[in-house]
Amino acid sequence: MMDTDVRVDAKGRHVGSRQALPRSAGHSPRRLRAKPVSEPPRSRPAPHSLRPSTARELPVAAPRLDDEARWLTPLASTGAAHDHAVRELHCLLLRASRFEVRRRAAALGLAGGSELDDIANQAADDALLAVMSRLERFERRSRFTTWAYKFAIHTAGVAVRRHAWRNRELATDSSESLEQLSSLADDPAEAAQMRELLARIATAIARLTTHQRDVLLALAVDGVPIDVLADRLSTNRNALYKTLHDARTRLRSLLDHEETT
Amino acid sequence: MTTATPALVASLLGPAGHQIGCDECFERLDAYVEQELAGHDAEASVPGMRAHLVGCPACDEEHASLHALVEAETSEAPG
Repeated sequence: MMDTDVRVDAKGRHVGSRQALPRSAGHSPRRLRAKPVSEPPRSRPAPHSLRPSTARELPVAAPRLDDEARWLTPLASTGAAHDHAVRELHCLLLRASRFEVRRRAAALGLAGGSELDDIANQAADDALLAVMSRLERFERRSRFTTWAYKFAIHTAGVAVRRHAWRNRELATDSSESLEQLSSLADDPAEAAQMRELLARIATAIARLTTHQRDVLLALAVDGVPIDVLADRLSTNRNALYKTLHDARTRLRSLLDHEETT
Repeated sequence: MTTATPALVASLLGPAGHQIGCDECFERLDAYVEQELAGHDAEASVPGMRAHLVGCPACDEEHASLHALVEAETSEAPG
């Protein structure tokens, strides 16, 4: 079956729907996605508390001949060579998205089937657009295929988590989760030292801001995937992780302060 | 003590020390994985990556998947 969703020009811009892409046999063209394409993270200034890496910069490798010849030159060209390279890239991304869908589905206990195959195919399509639109930003710090794979893995992973939680309600506030944590502190099955720590943590959590408390408990106690919570709160993974990081930092500070007073 | 409780506490408190955010993690993940697979000190190249992966399950899953995929591909490649 051929797909007609994706058309990218020589600069990697999405320009329409003339490009035929390979599809797996038996794949349904039905789309599961009710939300916009999952945007892979973009380069943005890091939040102040998550300091930019002081990394020893990885050397920018000299262009690898196989990457240049097989991928970068044809993807940036036009005509048959471009079309062939785009098809090859889609196959590569589909392999990665299927790999990730299988892993996430197994971890989440999801049964396989056409829905998961749809998710993998959709993720490959979305990853193709993401890769093509960022082609000029590929810095050659890794092989091109490794760089491309991460888009497919990210897109597929987000899609499976959304799929797994699509019918699940999230708590409107965190009071139940805090009660659950407090009840663990009273659980005789827990060791005395752990019960004491849990009680101190529960007390300290109550002193966080409402937003910090809600985010921390949803992610750490309720096990809501960060991308799912980000969707529900109309934010993104990076911003939500900053809130989580700030909440944890404050929590540890409160516990440390309590120990020293 | 239930086996899940230490993991719960770790998840609540998160890793201490410097760590990068999710966007920087994604930006550097491909090179980081290749450094790991080459046996190099990947953490020295991206300080704060390891702590971030400990604190962020979603990024950690993506790291593990990319590592596994590239490793499998490398082992399949003809010598």
